[in-house]
Amino acid sequence: MKTENQKAWFLVLPVIALVAFNALVPLMTVVNYSVQETFGNNIFLWSGVRWFEEILASERFHAALTRQLIFTATILAIEIPLGVAIALAMPRKGPWVPVCLVLMALPLLIPWNVVGSMWNIFALPDIGLLGKGINALGIDYNYTQQPVAAWFTVILMDVWHWTSLVVLLAYAGLISIPDAYYQAARIDGARPWAVFRHIQLPKMKKVLTIAVLLRFMDSFMIYTEPSVLTGGGPGNSTTFLSIDLVKIALGQFDLGPAAAMSLIYFLITLLVSWVFYTLMTKDEAE
Amino acid sequence: MAEIGLKALRHSYLPDPSAEEDWALRRIDLDWSDGGAYALLGPSGCGKTTLLNIISGLVTPTEGQVLFDGRDVTALAPDQRNIAQVFQFPVIYDTMTVYNNLAFPLRNRGVDEGRVDARVREIAEMLELSDMLDQRAANLSADGKQKISMGRGLVREDVNVIMFDEPLTVIDPHLKWKLRSKLKELHQRVKVTMIYVTHDQTEALTFADQVVVMQEGDVVQIGTPVDLFERPAHTFVGHFIGSPGMNVLPCEVRDGGAFVNGIHVPVAEGIGQTADAKTLEVGVRPEFVRFAESGIPARVVKVADTGRHRIVEAEAGGARVHLLAPVDAAIPEGEAHLAFDPERTRVYADGWLAEASGR
Repeated sequence: MKTENQKAWFLVLPVIALVAFNALVPLMTVVNYSVQETFGNNIFLWSGVRWFEEILASERFHAALTRQLIFTATILAIEIPLGVAIALAMPRKGPWVPVCLVLMALPLLIPWNVVGSMWNIFALPDIGLLGKGINALGIDYNYTQQPVAAWFTVILMDVWHWTSLVVLLAYAGLISIPDAYYQAARIDGARPWAVFRHIQLPKMKKVLTIAVLLRFMDSFMIYTEPSVLTGGGPGNSTTFLSIDLVKIALGQFDLGPAAAMSLIYFLITLLVSWVFYTLMTKDEAE
Repeated sequence: MAEIGLKALRHSYLPDPSAEEDWALRRIDLDWSDGGAYALLGPSGCGKTTLLNIISGLVTPTEGQVLFDGRDVTALAPDQRNIAQVFQFPVIYDTMTVYNNLAFPLRNRGVDEGRVDARVREIAEMLELSDMLDQRAANLSADGKQKISMGRGLVREDVNVIMFDEPLTVIDPHLKWKLRSKLKELHQRVKVTMIYVTHDQTEALTFADQVVVMQEGDVVQIGTPVDLFERPAHTFVGHFIGSPGMNVLPCEVRDGGAFVNGIHVPVAEGIGQTADAKTLEVGVRPEFVRFAESGIPARVVKVADTGRHRIVEAEAGGARVHLLAPVDAAIPEGEAHLAFDPERTRVYADGWLAEASGR
């Protein structure tokens, strides 16, 4: 007779413990705060879904979310095509390959707060090279005072910092294409656009899916660089979701609404990532 | 369709070739007639793929000319030469259907849709792809994909030449001969000049009317499959074609006769000029060696049964000799004598066939 027991479950315990510690417990703390009111001294009062209703109805949250969506959409629209274009322009073999790769990897190696400080100084209108240069062209540019200039600088900084990631991923996809494909395309009389459309793009699709997802998640949660560069200003013009969250949680010490906002923020990120992934991998399932 | 001429072709991948070894192709002169089936046969690294890429225009030769119907096309790009090539690994456009894959070369050249449709259906019919036309090409098996590659080569009616670069490498053995005979059949139907590159003698000999055997960047012999088998121009051809390959035994030439281990061996066609040759050898295929009452003394070392016949390995004066014996034949134990068929035994000087007329 076959003996059955459930002892194998004990072997899964360490993993459950680990996941509990690094994900579930912190998350549950946030959930805990999001449904209660606290006045310190460990006194908690049940408040139900009040914080969620408050956040979802607040104009401040809507404004931050809108700014966040515009920012993410803009940087994706710039970084993905630009990254692919740079990857296409990079040499496939030869002594320049390592040079290009190192140059591309450099921005990725710089700590995020350093990136923020670099651009903070670089773009200053009185002493920064970029700021002074733009003003020298006759354009009035001061990112500490003009919302448009602040947005321009934040986007430029993100493009500088993260396009490399897209380039490296796209390049990895490109070099995996055997020479025979290019030779066959030449013989079949394919124009460069057809080569891109029917050979290069399909072969890059998988890595580009990853690139879009990574760039979406990272830019949607962006905090350090704009926080150092503009501090969310001028006014609230570059206050993205995470900056706003920190202001509520640590600036105003409204832990309940901040916790509710964290959860909403988390669910939006999760939902959009899932939608992206499902759409981009749709034909493979066919 | 076109005649193909290669004139004094040399190619090196190095920028400044000087020594003989620097050349991937040493000197090729060839003329191929319109509508023929040709094979380039040789071991890996002999330069056959280089030669193919020069004909297709993917590689520009260092020296010499490529002529299509007498017109110099050496400087033209592949798409201007109007050729087709099938590669070792199937090249398909993953995102397209089988139909669009086949239509691609025509559409790129602005052929009108009605003509494209007729042509694609005709080719699909020939290749037995008709019921898969609407499938995504990426979902096909390796042989299906390779058929699409072939189809893209065949779909243009006016191609000068279709080239195959070891197209059956990734195909399962039991499908190999099927595709091979399909290809032969297609050649008979479309009558386009076809060039087939392979290192597999069976593929070359069954496909081609004429086989070009290459070694280290040189053409060693051009001939029909029968020529290559019966009258190898070089001991390399003898070794490379046939299974097992031709026996090559060191010999002496004196008084107008050949002697192996001091025993006179009658040979075909007389012996040409051999006075300044460094090495002299006698070549005879295992098919034409038999046991005899007298002849070259030998000792049987090994017998391998292949089912259809036995391959006997004998040792004669330090040299190994293979011979084929019928399955039911008695194989002498230990000491024996070997006789060579005089009509099929030839003398090779420095590797090259030494004919009475001289080379």
